[in-house]
Amino acid sequence: MKHVPDPNLPVELDGGRLRRDGVQCVLDPGDEFGVEAGLRLVEEHGGEVTLVSMGPPAAAEAIKRGLSMGAHRGLLISDDALAGADALATATVLAAALGGRDFDLIIAGVESTDGYTGTMPSTLAELLGLPQLTFATSLSVTGSSVRVDRQSPDGYQVVECPLPALVTVTAGVNEPRYPSFKGIMAAKKKPMEELALGDLAVELDVRQKVVQVTQAEERRAGQVVAADGDTAGRIADLLAEAKVI
Amino acid sequence: MVDFDLSEEQVEFQMVVRGFVDDVIRPHAERWDAEGELPMDAVKQMAGLGLFGLPFPEAYGGSGADLLTLCIAIEEIARIDSSLAITLEAAVGLGAMPIYRFGTEEQRRRWLPPLAAGDALAGYGLTEPGGGSDAAATRTTAKLDGDEWVINGSKSFITNSGTPITSLVTITAVTRDGDRGKEISSIIVPSDTPGFEVGGGYRKMGWHHSDTHELAFNDCRVPQENLLGELGGGFSNFLSILDDGRIAISALAVGLAQGCVDESIKYAHEREAFGRPIGEYQAVAFKIADMATKTELARTAYHKAAWLKAGGRPYKAQAAMAKLYSSEVAVEAAREAVQIHGGYGYIEEFPVCRHYRDAKILEIGEGTSEIMRILIARELGLQPR
Ligand SMILES: Cc1cc2nc3c(=O)[nH]c(=O)nc-3n(C[C@H](O)[C@H](O)[C@H](O)COP(=O)(O)OP(=O)(O)OC[C@H]3O[C@@H](n4cnc5c(N)ncnc54)[C@H](O)[C@@H]3O)c2cc1C
Repeated sequence: MKHVPDPNLPVELDGGRLRRDGVQCVLDPGDEFGVEAGLRLVEEHGGEVTLVSMGPPAAAEAIKRGLSMGAHRGLLISDDALAGADALATATVLAAALGGRDFDLIIAGVESTDGYTGTMPSTLAELLGLPQLTFATSLSVTGSSVRVDRQSPDGYQVVECPLPALVTVTAGVNEPRYPSFKGIMAAKKKPMEELALGDLAVELDVRQKVVQVTQAEERRAGQVVAADGDTAGRIADLLAEAKVI
Repeated sequence: MVDFDLSEEQVEFQMVVRGFVDDVIRPHAERWDAEGELPMDAVKQMAGLGLFGLPFPEAYGGSGADLLTLCIAIEEIARIDSSLAITLEAAVGLGAMPIYRFGTEEQRRRWLPPLAAGDALAGYGLTEPGGGSDAAATRTTAKLDGDEWVINGSKSFITNSGTPITSLVTITAVTRDGDRGKEISSIIVPSDTPGFEVGGGYRKMGWHHSDTHELAFNDCRVPQENLLGELGGGFSNFLSILDDGRIAISALAVGLAQGCVDESIKYAHEREAFGRPIGEYQAVAFKIADMATKTELARTAYHKAAWLKAGGRPYKAQAAMAKLYSSEVAVEAAREAVQIHGGYGYIEEFPVCRHYRDAKILEIGEGTSEIMRILIARELGLQPR
């Protein structure tokens, strides 16, 4: 899970990167679905949810939000040398941190709300040698296998694989709960493990460089079709022009 | 050293409630107000956050938080939706709190857990058609017949008394009236008791989707053990309940006033007149500066009253001052916010229109401004009539 600048606020750029200092950061809304999915599985089958994040020390706040929702423990990997790590470097570090541990399922969001590469989870699964089920719109575990409805452009596929595995969940997978006051108080006492790069046996080779970042073009005002005799026909033409139909 | 900081957990909780209100309440507040019915789905979602159990111990399904934490939630909700804020305030402060404060262990175990979970709501019936401020003038009677109380009389304006999940109303009734003086006690009346009738709602100026009813008791019989607190203790019990209620109503008023400040700042940036945003005119900017100043002071007042209470110190006067001041600030802020919005302030699509209607009751409910001034004056050693 990731601590990201609040996506409801305007984006601020600092060279090729998002500005993070002094900007209100939150648990990535996409990751809230992952936390919720984990909590529901554990409520059904037992076990524990461990929240894992690589990020600056402030990323502990994102973990804390998940702990307040009900997760059991946190693991934060934080090191100055990791600033600016790309998706491959992130996956490499996470794989090193998770490699020796005992788990049944890794749940991640499809992509982060700040970087949007969407490549980290798949890379992590490859590095750990795990089967991966991506774009889950629903998720269930029976016995020693996990099954998901996998969103596709024209519907969904039902796919299943043995555990341990990695699943990425979409925003439609559930309705994440809000932390209660009791949850917030309980989170204070939950274990949080912190690791630095030196604690992991990894060689980092960051090769990706952000060459340029530009603001997206502002959305232009819509087109108003005045109601007259053939409004429907003209709207249909416009939709055809935009290749929607 | 004076310390104005909330605890880290309170700040976190405040952010959670603010996010919840923005996502779940804000988009529907206007429609709920127009429909005029308590939105049970929203109540259920508020319950999911644990809001209805905040100040009760975990043993009864609560969160073990303090009054200030409850007030923070009430303030956040009231920035957007006063009806739901009063639903929470009345459910916890008037409905469940008397049972917790004055109930026997058995009464607590029986009634409190569903209330703390928000699966049930309770009301507190003090006001009668003949008067609210003069609570000692209660006319409703309860006479012991064998091992049952037989209740006769009526109550007015009782919040949360007729929702689909209302489990009980605690009422005040005269249990003895003779040479040795009048004795008022509190009695728990479960919702489905024969002889207890919930009237239709009122057409209110504001608080449209808060649940308010007139109640009638005609030979309504409840078991003797439904007496809440000591026989004859009803009067002093509700007076102490109302002290806390006033801090909570103050939080509600501060929320409403803050909502008016927020909307006014936004509008002052957007709206242009004579070629510039209206916020660039001193007449508008100074109005907002005054509104914000008074809102901040009102917040400080209720925080202080809650702080005194938490420290086990006397807080009666400060609670009354906070309630008096913040309710008058809320009414003023709402009036000025409508003024700043011009004609649009008179139109329901703009939240300040609803805030204006919702504000007035704050100067009336849980003790009118006049009664607050009497209480404060008495604390100062004066005996105004
Ligand atoms: C929407 C709504 C919800 C409510 N919810 C509840 C509830 O859940 N439970 C409940 O018990 N009640 C509830 N009430 C009732 C509310 O608390 C009373 O309306 C309030 O206390 C005032 O009582 P009253 O209406 O009888 O006014 P009155 O007592 O008749 O007062 C009329 C006027 O005379 C003034 N006045 C009275 N006595 C004096 C005095 N000695 N000196 C100077 N001025 C005086 C008052 O300040 C007021 O201006 C609710 C009311 C409303 C409108």
